[in-house]
Amino acid sequence: MQIFKMNRACIGALAGIGALVASAGAAFAAAPKIDTGDTAWMLTSTALVLMMTIPGLALFYGGMVRKKNVLATLAQSFGATCIITVLWMIIGYSIAFTDGGSHNAWYGGFKYFFLIPMGINATSSLAPTIPESVYMCFQMTFAIITPALIAGALADRMKFSAFMWFMSLWLIFVYCPIAHWVWGGGWLGSLGALDYAGGTVVHLNAGTAGLVTCLMLGKRVGLGTENMAPHNLVLSVIGASLLWVGWFGFNAGSAVTSNVNAGMAMAATQIATAAASLSWMGAEWIIAKKPSILGMISGAVAGLVAITPASGFVNPTGALIIGLLAGAVCYTSAVWVKKAIGYDDALDAWGVHGVGGALGAMLTGALASKAINAGGAPNGGWLLDGNGHQMLLQFYDVGATFVYCAFGTFIILKLIDLVIGLRVSHDVEVEGLDINLHGETVHG
Amino acid sequence: MKLITAIIKPFKLDEVREALSALGVQGMTVTEVKGYGRQKGHTEIYRGAEYAVSFLPKLKIEVAVKLEMVEAVIEAITSKAKTGQIGDGKIFVTPLEQVVRIRTGEIDGDAL
Repeated sequence: MQIFKMNRACIGALAGIGALVASAGAAFAAAPKIDTGDTAWMLTSTALVLMMTIPGLALFYGGMVRKKNVLATLAQSFGATCIITVLWMIIGYSIAFTDGGSHNAWYGGFKYFFLIPMGINATSSLAPTIPESVYMCFQMTFAIITPALIAGALADRMKFSAFMWFMSLWLIFVYCPIAHWVWGGGWLGSLGALDYAGGTVVHLNAGTAGLVTCLMLGKRVGLGTENMAPHNLVLSVIGASLLWVGWFGFNAGSAVTSNVNAGMAMAATQIATAAASLSWMGAEWIIAKKPSILGMISGAVAGLVAITPASGFVNPTGALIIGLLAGAVCYTSAVWVKKAIGYDDALDAWGVHGVGGALGAMLTGALASKAINAGGAPNGGWLLDGNGHQMLLQFYDVGATFVYCAFGTFIILKLIDLVIGLRVSHDVEVEGLDINLHGETVHG
Repeated sequence: MKLITAIIKPFKLDEVREALSALGVQGMTVTEVKGYGRQKGHTEIYRGAEYAVSFLPKLKIEVAVKLEMVEAVIEAITSKAKTGQIGDGKIFVTPLEQVVRIRTGEIDGDAL
């Protein structure tokens, strides 16, 4: 069973073997052995990753908007968590993480509709040492945070009804297929693209959707003339800190076992995050003359994003390099590129998650190390193992995710726009979403 | 009677209150306000987006005093609220026609 101690980036190959083992297991009437250590860690990781969205992301975004929209922003994270949980149970898990048979390269099967086959002793071939209930919940928390991240781009101006429809359709038609491509046995994972915990599946995916969404919604009323300063950065600092802590579940949990890879992923995550925070802060200090706390937490999130695809594959030096680059590159994208081009990615979903995710995916190809994870990255990366071909595979991963996500997001938003409309009225936007969409406001 | 209204820097409140208490001033009203004078505002930068903040936070204190106390109160506020930097604030003195203590119905000097 040692082979199953590998991380899930090599799941493409594992899916087939897993199926064999499952049938062999049936023949010998011996259920796969549940490892209590693995299970305990994955239960913990699942809780940590859920905490990233509520309250982590909710507070991170909530603090950055104006006071009139803070509850609406919190409602987006919370609403997304709930609708995605239910949809994941009904169909999402089945499409993303079960065998699709003849169409397995593109999307999974439909047998897990309502999780009906998931009995008390079920295990997934993708995570054979933990109960499938835990694996399903762990993956659910990823499915929750990915669409929720998009809210950063559409802040302050989307209808809540349109938002909930968007989250639902985007989960099923964009997130689930892409997760299947990379982690569920689909074509990108089989090809050998490396994405340890979601650099493309989660962050580039959410960032791209954010970019398309903010282009389709248009700019916020008053952008460039009104004061849109964050109303309470204390909330954002708490949120970013919860994201950081929760990210140990995200990255180290993506080992899907409690083993050496989980340990190294945790170390890489911590190092890259701190380095990226310093890097963003330093860039800001030089250019804008002051090191802001918003810059520090933005840099930390950029580092978390960029190390995500690489975390189980790189050594500590690789993590440091990824972090240093992520802070400076995401600073440039969120501060300079956005202003130069003029799209209104309100809270920088694209600037941090999209750009950071794509950067991290490419740097994973450059810095992955066979010595760190021979099971997950058997050919290693470009710089340490001379496997230049990996860069091409990473580029496929980035390109395919960007193109499919952009196209899928556009179609979904067009449909919603035709039926119920995407954007609140001018007056509602000016007066604030909290009172108009939710009938409540923050007092004090 | 006069109503003395002073706009001061927020962190100077305690010193001013102590000085006025020492003079025998029996009460004051404090309000958080925003405004600008010669100090103008300042600029804040969030992820490269610059915002001019034209109105700075100040405290407005209001004290009703008998005529003979006016000079001492002004002197106390001026000395305690002063930093010498731009933005220390202003004092406005206005005539006060009548004062009534709601609980007892006392008026004017008895109500102060």
